[in-house]
Amino acid sequence: MTASQGEQLPIRTSEEVVVVRQAVRKWAVAAGFSIIDQTKVVTAASELARNTVVHAGGGTVLIEQITSGERRGLRLTFEDSGPGIPDIELALKDGYTTGNGLGLGLSGSKRLMNEFVITSTVGHGTKVVATKWK
Amino acid sequence: MERIPILKMGDCLLVTVQVDMHDQMALTLQDDLTTRISQTKAKAVLIDISALEIVDSFIGRMLGNIAGMARILDAQTVLVGMRPAVAITLVELGMSLPGVRTALNVERGMDLIRMSPANRSRHDRESR
Ligand SMILES: Nc1ncnc2c1ncn2[C@@H]1O[C@H](COP(=O)(O)OP(=O)(O)OP(=O)(O)O)[C@@H](O)[C@H]1O
Ligand SMILES: [Mg+2]
Repeated sequence: MTASQGEQLPIRTSEEVVVVRQAVRKWAVAAGFSIIDQTKVVTAASELARNTVVHAGGGTVLIEQITSGERRGLRLTFEDSGPGIPDIELALKDGYTTGNGLGLGLSGSKRLMNEFVITSTVGHGTKVVATKWK
Repeated sequence: MERIPILKMGDCLLVTVQVDMHDQMALTLQDDLTTRISQTKAKAVLIDISALEIVDSFIGRMLGNIAGMARILDAQTVLVGMRPAVAITLVELGMSLPGVRTALNVERGMDLIRMSPANRSRHDRESR
């Protein structure tokens, strides 16, 4: 798998969550995604970007166009130095929230993407890598 | 901060969301609508989201909150113009928007409000 092009953005405020949505949309269009897949990727990006702001006090996203053989895809890497997630399996359950959300962000965005990997260390931060193939 | 305008048409409030709302804007709209419903005694709220390219869990929750708040204030809410891709994505995300009625466009939304039992029974009461 190789990354051909990419862009990194800060995510500190809810305004910047909107900027991330718009950037991801642009990349999804460039990758040739269908309207439905564009909508899924942008929605997942919105959830993950919001988590970065709300649960970790901010972080970054790296948006990359990737290829694997003939396949083209978009890989989103969200990184923060927040409190981390003690139990990832639990956090991925529909309806699980430590805040006042619906607890759908992580589980829902996992369903919307093709690959979804969370790594997190309590006290150090969280990294979510989410990929959508065309 | 930029605000989403709320239009009054008869006893109906019409909101057309035309920008990609950040979270604070969505919360402000929720508050503004609640205030306007109680001030104007509106009987219905029509929210046109045909310009929205995504509805994530936050916007979805706000729409549900508005419908719930409106119901308590004796008004009904109809969500109109949701794009097919948005509907598909919302379901996969796990949001079903319980208690929110939907219509294809503003015109059909208006029809739905006119035909609703709540409206008819009020009309009956008023004509008695
Ligand atoms: N970047 C993060 N850093 C620390 N904790 C996180 C992070 N992302 C998610 N979590 C934890 O995982 C839980 C589940 O996240 P999820 O996005 O599914 O729900 P939520 O954000 O609480 O609510 P919703 O997204 O539905 O508004 C969160 O409540 C939080 O405890
Ligand atoms: Mg979340």
